[in-house]
Amino acid sequence: MKQLLLGDEAIALGAINAGLSGVYAYPGTPSTEITEFIQTNKVARERGIHSRWCTNEKTAMEAALGMSYAGKRALVCMKHVGMNVCADAFVNSAITGVNGGLIVLAADDPSMHSSQNEQDSRFYGKFALIPVFEPSNQQEAYDMVASAFEMSESLKVPVLLRIVTRLAHSRAAVEVGELSAENALNPSTDQWVLLPGIARKKYVDLLEKQEAFQKASETSTYNKKESAGQKLGIVACGIGYNYVKENVGDNADILKVSQYPLSPKAIKAFAAEHESILVVEDGQPVVEEAIAGMVGADYPIKGRLTGDLPRTGELTPDSVAKALGKPAGPAFDNAKNLAGRPPQLCLGCGHRDVYTALNQVLAEYPDYRVFGDIGCYTLGALPPFKSLSSCVDMGASITMAKGAADAGLFPAVAIIGDSTFTHSGMTGLLDAVNDKSNITVVISDNLTTGMTGGQDSAGTNKFEAICLGLGVEPEHVRVVVPLPKNMPEITRILKEEIEYKGVSVIIPRRECIQTAARHAREKRK
Amino acid sequence: MKKDIILCGVGGQGILSIATIIGEAATEAGINLKQAEVHGMSQRGGDVQSNLRLSTENIYSDLIPQGGADVVISMEPMESLRYLPYLAKTGTIVTSSKPFINIPNYPDEAALQAELDALPSVVKLDIETVAKDAGNARGANMVLLGMAAPFIEILTVEQLRKAIAVIFARKGEAIVEANLKAFDMGVAASKK
Repeated sequence: MKQLLLGDEAIALGAINAGLSGVYAYPGTPSTEITEFIQTNKVARERGIHSRWCTNEKTAMEAALGMSYAGKRALVCMKHVGMNVCADAFVNSAITGVNGGLIVLAADDPSMHSSQNEQDSRFYGKFALIPVFEPSNQQEAYDMVASAFEMSESLKVPVLLRIVTRLAHSRAAVEVGELSAENALNPSTDQWVLLPGIARKKYVDLLEKQEAFQKASETSTYNKKESAGQKLGIVACGIGYNYVKENVGDNADILKVSQYPLSPKAIKAFAAEHESILVVEDGQPVVEEAIAGMVGADYPIKGRLTGDLPRTGELTPDSVAKALGKPAGPAFDNAKNLAGRPPQLCLGCGHRDVYTALNQVLAEYPDYRVFGDIGCYTLGALPPFKSLSSCVDMGASITMAKGAADAGLFPAVAIIGDSTFTHSGMTGLLDAVNDKSNITVVISDNLTTGMTGGQDSAGTNKFEAICLGLGVEPEHVRVVVPLPKNMPEITRILKEEIEYKGVSVIIPRRECIQTAARHAREKRK
Repeated sequence: MKKDIILCGVGGQGILSIATIIGEAATEAGINLKQAEVHGMSQRGGDVQSNLRLSTENIYSDLIPQGGADVVISMEPMESLRYLPYLAKTGTIVTSSKPFINIPNYPDEAALQAELDALPSVVKLDIETVAKDAGNARGANMVLLGMAAPFIEILTVEQLRKAIAVIFARKGEAIVEANLKAFDMGVAASKK
């Protein structure tokens, strides 16, 4: 039966049908819809498949590894930068190995549609020395989940499934297979204690598996060669394959790469059959660099490093056409009467009132800085507020404000959302408390994970208790309701806490207007 | 046969419902489809677009190449111009004529309308007023879909009507009827 599915949904359904027992994830564009699909899927609910959101990607990765230890199939999903958060657990899961199948899904965002960088997760696969699958379309995304679980269990290794935004958020018809049973509980009896003496041995085990990984790539049905007797050989990775086919159809020599590690044998043979190679890959030049080390310094390789394809941004049918030397067809020029329309905070959003109050109070302090964080409220950096001086990674608002305060900056203000605070802000706040840093932390609590569409937030109803537990003094944990009518009170409290020489936390709390509207609709039903 | 469509507008205007209806009609008709959407940060009052590709042949790229779109369907006039380089020289823009101004530097409206009017094939209409007159203020996107229907060609007007009925079925008969009425008014306006 065919179903119209987003790439994310194809992966979710593929996982359920492959006997998944738990998905572990923190919301992040473009990966969020995988977990959401499993949360609402009938079979998943009947089976009691774990799908509750995790506090961050590291807790997700570790919980998934625990489920794998117990013998069941687990999926952990995140956006690309989530890989940085879970990297410790991820890299070491390759050393421990797995018991039940374990898939780590990384959704990369080339062109940074909703991200702060365009790092390529395939590097992480190579770094951890594990196999990587990279689907070229929604059907492969569905099929690969079962293949990856099987490989993970047969070779006792986690498998990285790497997708990009254009696959995650694009819909196509997918042929859906049968539902498989879940694994029974069957805890591992292997050695998982990574003491140095044991880890050294397990690392050698991992290295010895590399040949099997390579062989799997060489015999993979996802990797294939197409020949049309051309002088140019095109190495097309993941969805890069589609842009090549869009432009040249069957009239090209293509080595399609959708499963890694790369096979030097296949690459060398392909190079020998052609005069030059064009590498078409979405993201960073991972394969282009690797191939250069396989074919000899004089062999002509074209790709992102040579400028034949743009060094930044996602691939497009047009950029690939240009790299293939195809002349551009007739098209209109850019319109003249056009202005940018950046995203903005919703009208009526509580974050707006927080920024209005902050700007009003901070206007009295010439040297103030507001350190921002990741979420809808990052839009406070744009007009009309222009309040933020930084936004780096999840949780960095508090720790950067602390470091700047340590250096003597005053006032050092951090603004962080509720979900981001529990994701990665709590440990930084503990540092600040222990150091008695002179910072003012605003936890703008809208009772949800807003930017990704309103998922449950791990710390809801617990923020005052968390702050007190971390040692913030009770009289410096202040709660306000961000509404225009409360402006005098909010600004007074902000000013008092900025003037306090120590750690203070202000929690403006009002539900996200999007989730509030959704809850009102649900209530009416 | 293929039809490449760019759907666009401002976050929250309901372009994804249009995509869902065309997707339903295409699936029912057994036509291949790929539809790339934008989620996440870009939805917050910023520009949004969706690439919708329909074909009786295999579709590879999720994205439409420049100069390749047969139709640009837009909930907002300036947004329709944003994708001009993607419109085929023989393609058509179907757009709401009423600007949605949430930025300080929105272009001069007369110049904007003149630029649209100078293009070879443009159908524009104040869809909000039409929807309101039809007693369905929230049905502006269905009026727009109706206006675009004659240009989608690979799907018949009747197939699209059926898809509207299917998609809105769970909201009740009255909502289905209201949306079909809005759609029909769009179709009628387009033929003028």
